[in-house]
Amino acid sequence: MTDPTPVAPAAPSTVRARRIRRAAMFVLAFLIVAALWEGYKAVGPEAGGRVVGVRVLARTNDRAMPHIWDMFSRFGRSEVRGGSDSILIVVVRAAWYSFRCALLAFLAGSFLGIAIAVLMARFRVIERAVMPYLVISQTVPILVLAPLIMSLMAYNSRDLASKTWLAAVLLGVFLAFFPVAVGTLRGLQSTASAPLELMDSFAAGWWKTLWKLRFPSAVPYIAPALRLAGAAAVVGVTVSEISLGVKFGIGRLILSYGQEATSDPPKLFTAVFGAAVLGLVMAAVVLGIDHLLMRNRQPEAA
Amino acid sequence: MENSMSNPNDPVVIAGVRKIFNQGKPNQVDALIDIDLTVRAGEFVSLIGPSGCGKSTLLRLIADLLQPSAGTITINGKSAHQARVDQDYGMAFQQSGLFEWRTVARNIELPLELKGWDKAKRRARAVEMLELVKLPEFADHYPWQLSGGMQQRVAIARALAAHPGLLLMDEPFGALDEMTREHMQAELLRICAAAGTTVVFVTHSIPEAVYLADRVVVMSPRPGRITTVVDVALGRDRDELTREASGFFGKVTEVREALRGIELSLEARGIEDR
Amino acid sequence: MTTVERVRRAVALVLPPLLLGVVFLVAWQSWINISHVQPYVVPRPSEIWTSFVNDFELVRRASVVTGMNALVGLVLGSLFGFGIAVLTNRFEVASELVNPLAITIAAVPAVVIVGVLNNMYSLDSQIPRRIMVTISVFFVVFVQVVKGLRQNDATQMELMRSYAATPRQTLRKVRLPNTMPFFFTGVRTAAPLALIIALVSEYFGGTQDGLGSKISGTLSGSNKALGFAYVLGGALVGLIFFAGSNLLEYLVVPWRRRTRSR
Repeated sequence: MTDPTPVAPAAPSTVRARRIRRAAMFVLAFLIVAALWEGYKAVGPEAGGRVVGVRVLARTNDRAMPHIWDMFSRFGRSEVRGGSDSILIVVVRAAWYSFRCALLAFLAGSFLGIAIAVLMARFRVIERAVMPYLVISQTVPILVLAPLIMSLMAYNSRDLASKTWLAAVLLGVFLAFFPVAVGTLRGLQSTASAPLELMDSFAAGWWKTLWKLRFPSAVPYIAPALRLAGAAAVVGVTVSEISLGVKFGIGRLILSYGQEATSDPPKLFTAVFGAAVLGLVMAAVVLGIDHLLMRNRQPEAA
Repeated sequence: MENSMSNPNDPVVIAGVRKIFNQGKPNQVDALIDIDLTVRAGEFVSLIGPSGCGKSTLLRLIADLLQPSAGTITINGKSAHQARVDQDYGMAFQQSGLFEWRTVARNIELPLELKGWDKAKRRARAVEMLELVKLPEFADHYPWQLSGGMQQRVAIARALAAHPGLLLMDEPFGALDEMTREHMQAELLRICAAAGTTVVFVTHSIPEAVYLADRVVVMSPRPGRITTVVDVALGRDRDELTREASGFFGKVTEVREALRGIELSLEARGIEDR
Repeated sequence: MTTVERVRRAVALVLPPLLLGVVFLVAWQSWINISHVQPYVVPRPSEIWTSFVNDFELVRRASVVTGMNALVGLVLGSLFGFGIAVLTNRFEVASELVNPLAITIAAVPAVVIVGVLNNMYSLDSQIPRRIMVTISVFFVVFVQVVKGLRQNDATQMELMRSYAATPRQTLRKVRLPNTMPFFFTGVRTAAPLALIIALVSEYFGGTQDGLGSKISGTLSGSNKALGFAYVLGGALVGLIFFAGSNLLEYLVVPWRRRTRSR
């Protein structure tokens, strides 16, 4: 009935208004969560309670649920009584350490994922052999293998035995690799047939076609896969740090502060916030890469 | 131009209708102006014209899916809104719009469900409609198991399920190939003759418009209006041979020239045809 | 397709991964035999299998604990996700507020919240883990259902308007059925996530009888074969969840069997 007219870009003022609204909603969402926290704390039972016989109501005393303000003010004070570094510095240092590990895992995992996807796209046999394992890997928990990686490394060399962070990174690579492999493969295989026939008519070989046609047309599939990989790398690294006790990472901090939670409750929260910020920074980095890859492309319909 | 003898109980009476989009804003569009049209009972009227002439807009005004900026539309003596509430018409679109999670029979039952009919009555009517469109064995199939032409037949069966006197169709055969299209046109004529339905049919295809209709309403764009009405005096008994009759070609030519006239006048006005 | 062609096709599909798996296992077993690696570093596949069979009861018990946490969280999270998405469907603001939370939860290692939750409940409670799984699943399903509700087939919507159908009728007869495939995409994505979260939640303290703690504990110790047996148990539970959610989708959304374009 109607001709598809090209979508005109929205006026800059509306784009800015939309961005401001989105940012405002972001902040409002967290404020509401904070309000709910304090709200429950005010009305909930001090020692926890039951609903329909099940102990689902949490304890609301200050040790179990510190006030929001206490959590933030804890950042300013020192880590250990009489110590010199404020918690803020300690948490930032640990988060920075883990961030670097996660970034490394993300980059390595993405690279490997793309490489395997290319191989799978090229050789159907490899695709048929590997695909079921890719699918299974997304349904079974690989995270739990961290201690195994560690002992393998330790076996190989005494020097590696101390490099627990490497095991954490390896696990992050493992976790980031899969979504990138799956997404890239799907993208490479969804090239439209008309452009492929065109390349054939130019007698362009498989690798040339890959470089000039399949890859660029696969970018809309790779970009969201990278977003997943970024988050997966962060989760893989931080959780492995916890199970391996990596010395300088934020995971270890969360674990040890968690153990001190009865005596110093807000401390745990500072570490949790640190981990959250770490995740958000990684998400921002990946989003930046995303924009770089997708510039000049037709804007997605909302 | 048209309403000299219109009876208020004619199925469709359009008087002085205008439709303006985005009134007052810089992107205001005069989609339709000065539309006067009467469709008599049992008549088959085609609306044809280049893109932007407002034929689909006019159909949606009749269906009360849009409201006119000025003028009146009377359906069976009532307002278009009341006619929609009373379900006086059935509608078919270019996409069959069948619900993929319902069987063919349950798709046909949809308008009856909404009217609150009970199960047995609904089922009986659905079976009856399937007989009418010659698809009785497919009652318990799913839409994706049917070809495009068959899906459109089901959509027509659904549009007629409540036995409305009026059928509104927006290029229902547009997505079909030529052979299926011609076959469906013949089927449509047969079905409407059997039911005595009044039809308003929007199309892009000149042969289709002429083959199906008693009158072809030729419209032009910018602003959308009725330019000519061609009387297709070919009688109601049409078949495959009709397509090869010289009378048919004559009428097709008449419509084509009316459209070309529009095209030329648009060019003369220096407006590109999109 | 003739039977011969069918068999040939089935073989072509199954053989490569099967071969890859077998080669991998054989290589693993041989490497250990050749290099005399001690079983407390890496066990042989044969030892793993023996341990799995002999200690099946241990594996089963741990799997049930973790599996139940994952299942409860999956069910509750899906129900909440669906319900709240439908209820707030009218209010654009609701999804505007929930989306930032959904994005954050997806981007950060949200599972660390379990440490906080453990503090709020008693030491022997499984509730913190179930809450964690529920939260993770909720956001995944919520986002999908909102997406589904937003997809409005233009022709179907026009059709319903031509029927003068009420918004409620349109919701029930058109928009909800159209949303089901999205809902199940959400559940399918959330199922393995639920298990992983349930597993990892056990790292933060609380009872130590679930798969997560058992795997972590035994793999750090010397009985690696048992550790791997637990891992195998976890993999099996994961496959059950995967198969279960696919089966559910297959049963409830039959019209999607033909076209899986979404």
